[in-house]
Amino acid sequence: MNTPLLSAKDLTVQFRTPKGPITAVNGIDLTLERGEVLGIIGESGSGKSVTMRALLRILPEAKTEIAGDLKLDGKDVLSLKGHDLAAYRGGDVSMVFQEPATALDPVFTIGTQISETVRRHRKVSRKDAQARALEMLELVRIPSPASRLGNYPHEMSGGMRQRAMIALALAAGPKLLLADEPTTALDATVQIQVILLLRELQREMGMATIFVTHDVGVAAEISDRIAVMYAGRIVETGTAAEVLKNPKHPYTQGLLSSTVQGAVPGTPIKAIPGMPPDLAQMPPGCAFAPRCPLATSACQAAVPDLRAQGGERRVACVRLEEIA
Amino acid sequence: MLGYILKRLLYAVPVTLAVSIICFSLVQLAPGDPLTVVLPADASQEIVDQTRARYGLDKPLPTQYLLWLSNVLQGDLGTSIASGRSVSSEIGHAIGYTLSVAVLACLLALVAGLALGLVAGYTMGSPMDKIASATAISGVSVPHYWLGIVLVVFFSVKLGWFPAMGAGRSGQSLGDALSFMILPVLTMAAMPAGIITRSVRALVAEKLGQEFVTALRAKGMTSPHIFAHVVKNAAPTALAVIGVQMGYLMAGSILVETVFAWPGTGLLLNNAILTRDIPLLQGTILVLALIFVALNLIVDILQPLFDPRIQRA
Ligand SMILES: Nc1ncnc2c1ncn2[C@@H]1O[C@H](COP(=O)(O)OP(=O)(O)OP(=O)(O)O)[C@@H](O)[C@H]1O
Ligand SMILES: [Mg+2]
Repeated sequence: MNTPLLSAKDLTVQFRTPKGPITAVNGIDLTLERGEVLGIIGESGSGKSVTMRALLRILPEAKTEIAGDLKLDGKDVLSLKGHDLAAYRGGDVSMVFQEPATALDPVFTIGTQISETVRRHRKVSRKDAQARALEMLELVRIPSPASRLGNYPHEMSGGMRQRAMIALALAAGPKLLLADEPTTALDATVQIQVILLLRELQREMGMATIFVTHDVGVAAEISDRIAVMYAGRIVETGTAAEVLKNPKHPYTQGLLSSTVQGAVPGTPIKAIPGMPPDLAQMPPGCAFAPRCPLATSACQAAVPDLRAQGGERRVACVRLEEIA
Repeated sequence: MLGYILKRLLYAVPVTLAVSIICFSLVQLAPGDPLTVVLPADASQEIVDQTRARYGLDKPLPTQYLLWLSNVLQGDLGTSIASGRSVSSEIGHAIGYTLSVAVLACLLALVAGLALGLVAGYTMGSPMDKIASATAISGVSVPHYWLGIVLVVFFSVKLGWFPAMGAGRSGQSLGDALSFMILPVLTMAAMPAGIITRSVRALVAEKLGQEFVTALRAKGMTSPHIFAHVVKNAAPTALAVIGVQMGYLMAGSILVETVFAWPGTGLLLNNAILTRDIPLLQGTILVLALIFVALNLIVDILQPLFDPRIQRA
């Protein structure tokens, strides 16, 4: 009864590249209850998108190796094949892409793109699928939805396109929604509207959601829990309030004070010095040690475990007790 | 849509006029006096002048052009100097031959090019792709006339399967008529088939790499669905390539028709050049050029059926 909706154990994603293998996601554990919202934050290149794409099994199969254990609602996701895999994608789990302008097919109408998704996952007539598409456009509050069904993506504004993309992602009633920086491509005012819409829909429909963002304010607004990623690993996780108000990992601290919201008023915003490591040549110990102001030789000895800190909180830092 | 079609038709008018000017004046640049062909070498100056006046060759060029154009607009392409028959009837006779071979060659090039291109694009980098691409490159790089001659040597001379030259007699059976067409059709189709293969391969690979294809997979679409999306996205560009290739095929028939002595517009053009038959030359080039313009027009009109963004531009 108490099994979580999603559970990932030791999930690892490796890309075969001409320059050798790259480990973009390095043994992460994730659990998500039904209806729960997890925010993932982290610098560019930390593996957030790769994690999301691995969860949906849409990474290019020929050059990708996914290892570990991934279960959604009891389904063994990594062993899915053929029709079961197609039914899983978009049916059990669906994704809102970062750039609706490129993720929507430019030469099909919005109505067709939503209704073909519905028909893919439900045995309904063409007419019922169109009706469902209309219902979805109403749900995401697109004005004059009936006429918008016949629009092509280029006939819509950016915010409207992203609403259509959300309608599409929710059309088959997924249990888990993956939103990978869904507002990065939008204007600031439109961003807020789309975030508020997503939060409302999430509460109404109750699907679990994983939300990737660069924006700490957005993460705080929308997430129940937060996971902080660095170089393919989760370095800190906990409830949104715990992690954002009282970050314990030096990387999380750096990340928060490098944003407008996290900085101490009156002091300049500090960027974390240095660059994330090359994923093809990871340092032996803590991947953040080379950039960490608090690093000692102990940090370079071994990759630190995520250690429980009471409640939901887990942090991967060997010096946690000394620096806290 | 209707407005778009009308606009395209209007755009075609100046293009057509420009084409007619070029057809008319290019021929004037060719060296040699056309009258030397029809008149005996020792014709008196008086007869030369009379003949010149009869063909309107004594007037200044712009006047000649306007006269020619007004005749053309009334459907009169003039009289062939060499044969004395009307140019329109000469072309009318030849164009049926050219069209029959060109249409078959187009169909063949289209089917082969699309099939090879789709396979190659879908399996980029695989052995199948390498085979398809190598075939395409040979099709593109082998010279027409050389391929024609090789085919004749092999299939006509060695194996005796197909006739080497001409179009046969009137009243022959369809099978006989086709047997005369096979070698010219194969020769003509080789290059456009290669070009279509390469364009379709590149197009399919480009479309497959786009984010919307990942998004289609992300919503559970399977290969046949994704194929339909890719085809509709690739269609406008593929159409443009195919249209241009068909135009080249019609206009470029001259070498192939000469090799096979196929009595089409290519051979007509070849003879007109050799005999400096200016009215025939102008008329034939004009008709071929207009077919080219018409093909482009058809492509322009078809493209927005696949991509709604095109109509706006
Ligand atoms: N198909 C691929 N082949 C090889 N390497 C890849 C591939 N996709 C991603 N990577 C690499 O994996 C690493 C993680 O990329 P990812 O897109 O997950 O970062 P991210 O955290 O989403 O960053 P951003 O905030 O910029 O979106 C990067 O170094 C990237 O270059
Ligand atoms: Mg990303």
